[in-house]
Amino acid sequence: MMTQSIPLSWYLILSAFLFAIGVASFLIKRNIITIFMSIELMLNAVNLAFVAFASHWHQVSGQVFVFFVMVVAAAEAAVGLAIILAVFRSRETLNVDQVNLLKL
Amino acid sequence: MNSNTNFNLWMIPILPLIGSAINGIFGKRFPRNLVATIALVFPGATFAYAVWVVSQFASLSQAQIPHIERLFPWIEAGGFRVDYGFYLDQLSVTMLLVVTGVGFLIHIYSVGYMAEEGGYYRFFSYLNLFMFFMLTLVLAHTYLLMFVGWEGVGLASYLLIGFFFRKDSAAQAGKKAFITNRVGDYGFLLGMFLLIKQFGTLDYDKVFKTISGRPVEASVGVLTITALLIMFGAAGKSAQIPLYVWLPDAMEGPTPVSALIHAATMVTAGVYIVARSNVLFLHSPEALRVVAIIGALTAIFAASIGLVQNDIKRVLAYSTVSQLGYMFMACGVAAFSAGIFHLVTHAFFKALLFLAAGSVIHALGGEQDMRHMGGLRKLIPWTFWVMTIATFAIAGFPPLSGFFSKDEILWKAFSDKNHGNWVLWLIGLITAGMTSFYMFRLWFMTFFGERREAVHNEHEEPTGGVHAPGSAQAAAGHQSGVQHGHGNYGHTGHVHESPWIMLAPLVVLAIGSIIVGWLGIPEALHGHNRFDQFLAPVVHTSSEPVRSTENFPSEPQKSESPEENKSLELELAGASVAVAFAGLGLAYLFYVRRPELPDRIATNLKGVYRILLNKYWVDETYYATLVNPIVDGSRNVLWRGVDVGVIDALVNGAGTTSKLLSGITRRMQSGSIRSYAGWVALGAACVVGFMIWMGLHA
Repeated sequence: MMTQSIPLSWYLILSAFLFAIGVASFLIKRNIITIFMSIELMLNAVNLAFVAFASHWHQVSGQVFVFFVMVVAAAEAAVGLAIILAVFRSRETLNVDQVNLLKL
Repeated sequence: MNSNTNFNLWMIPILPLIGSAINGIFGKRFPRNLVATIALVFPGATFAYAVWVVSQFASLSQAQIPHIERLFPWIEAGGFRVDYGFYLDQLSVTMLLVVTGVGFLIHIYSVGYMAEEGGYYRFFSYLNLFMFFMLTLVLAHTYLLMFVGWEGVGLASYLLIGFFFRKDSAAQAGKKAFITNRVGDYGFLLGMFLLIKQFGTLDYDKVFKTISGRPVEASVGVLTITALLIMFGAAGKSAQIPLYVWLPDAMEGPTPVSALIHAATMVTAGVYIVARSNVLFLHSPEALRVVAIIGALTAIFAASIGLVQNDIKRVLAYSTVSQLGYMFMACGVAAFSAGIFHLVTHAFFKALLFLAAGSVIHALGGEQDMRHMGGLRKLIPWTFWVMTIATFAIAGFPPLSGFFSKDEILWKAFSDKNHGNWVLWLIGLITAGMTSFYMFRLWFMTFFGERREAVHNEHEEPTGGVHAPGSAQAAAGHQSGVQHGHGNYGHTGHVHESPWIMLAPLVVLAIGSIIVGWLGIPEALHGHNRFDQFLAPVVHTSSEPVRSTENFPSEPQKSESPEENKSLELELAGASVAVAFAGLGLAYLFYVRRPELPDRIATNLKGVYRILLNKYWVDETYYATLVNPIVDGSRNVLWRGVDVGVIDALVNGAGTTSKLLSGITRRMQSGSIRSYAGWVALGAACVVGFMIWMGLHA
């Protein structure tokens, strides 16, 4: 019954769909935290693709990669939230359009 | 040629250098007495050591002269090599004694003269430094080491002329002296390059030996050009036409400096180097003729300016230029020993004149204008008497020193078969008359008649009217009743004699001004001209071909002197004495008997008077033809044209170009994170699209 379960393409379509949502919200949203969340969404979309491939090809390396991605995402969340906090303290806003000093 | 004897000649220049270093580094914290002691001990030791060296030198045999001491290799480049070493022969011995002796006396004088000045330690540090360089110059055994001293004395001269550096004119005069000297040095350097190119060495002995083997150049050849370039350098250092303009301005320095550097020693370096290179000059008669002409022209030219100057030091400055011209004229008629003889006697009487003038200035609290002097004879008797001796010496009255040296030059200029010329003699004679006139003019205006006090309190040169309490009571010949000094700085009313520490060197120099000339009493006056004989091995007389330096004949040079020559020489001597008396009489008439005469003549000969008073507008001409074009050219072409227009434009152009380009490309850097993300997404989409496209066509 296992083999006759959900086909791989469904997983991949879902993953691509989630990723597209992440990209779109990344581009559209102005709030940094929302943008941050959309990054997490993209990472998790990739994670879903990894697990799906690992299960489909019976290879463990995909699962292992997911753990790495999760660890990196956790670290990124810690650093990123700290940066956001610092930005908010100095700029008193979370709107990315107003945090645009990195230019001439 | 090197013998076992070793005099440790390096000691002679190094001693004043030590003194200079001590005073220069630590002197600021030392009390004045200590500074003065250090400043005197080292040149004094140098003088004593020099005397000892000379006494040892006397016992050397002819084969051991020149005595060369090489210390260590200094420069080695390919086949070219220069050692650091010293050279002792009759000429350098003479110069050595003059420099150390007169220099030491002037150091003593300076202790008194500079007593109230600021920068005391600085002054003596410079003065000792000058001694170091001058002795290096005199004792060097190669042109290159000589050139080190040559540049060094220029530096010391610059520092001391600009000693009162807060005064703009002093700073300007220092720069003028230095830059004018650089012009001459340029010629000198080229001359040295030519020597290296031809002979591969700059050592005196080797160069002269090689030149001796060559034929005398009939026309202008490479030796002549070398000699002329060296003469150009000498003209810079010794203030000859066309480079004499710096010396009168150099009088901005303190008076002892004028005496030491700008009268007695440094300015004679040019004469020294021409006499030192006599072998070279004798091999290029054309160059020798140029030397004679330049010397004669400078002599009469400067003397004529000296006739009308009113600043006591300026009169002496032009007199120095004129006397240096005499020395060059002597060298130019191949009478090198006569030139050096005049150098020696001139060192004594001109140093004395300057120091005595300094004493007068000191007595008057900084007054330098002779029109505001007068009647000082009774007030400062010691100064008056030494000044009298010096004046008579320079005017050429027998038996004072100036008579013998000047007369020998005139005689040689008249009589030398190859180089002499009666025109040169006549110029020399007229110059002698002018010299006598302006010196007695100075003498009468300063010491005779009524006191013509100026109504002003400014100090042109801030020499103190104040004495240290200790020296004031010791002042010999100090006028009774005048309780001078002690706080009332700047008074002009109290004329006072200088302290003993200033008078003692004056007296010694005065004695020197009398007796030094006796070294060179010509045979026509039943003397032996010992000076000429002494220098004969170094300076070959003109008539005979030059021999190799190795085998000097021991017999003196001037043995052939027929009776008629003697009587002619006596007649010429009589003529120059007569001219000296004429100068004295004229000055007496003008400035004592009929004081209104000079003004009348000045108004009658307005054109001539103005030309002389304005020094032939030479400075103005130089400014118009050389200085201003260079300054304007530098400002308008080099600065505004090349620097601003080309170099700055290139640098700024690079800047604006990159700014322009980055102005276009910086649009990508909007600073908005989402636009970056959009670019990334777009790029990713392109990559994905490309991969899909590739997959479809694979």
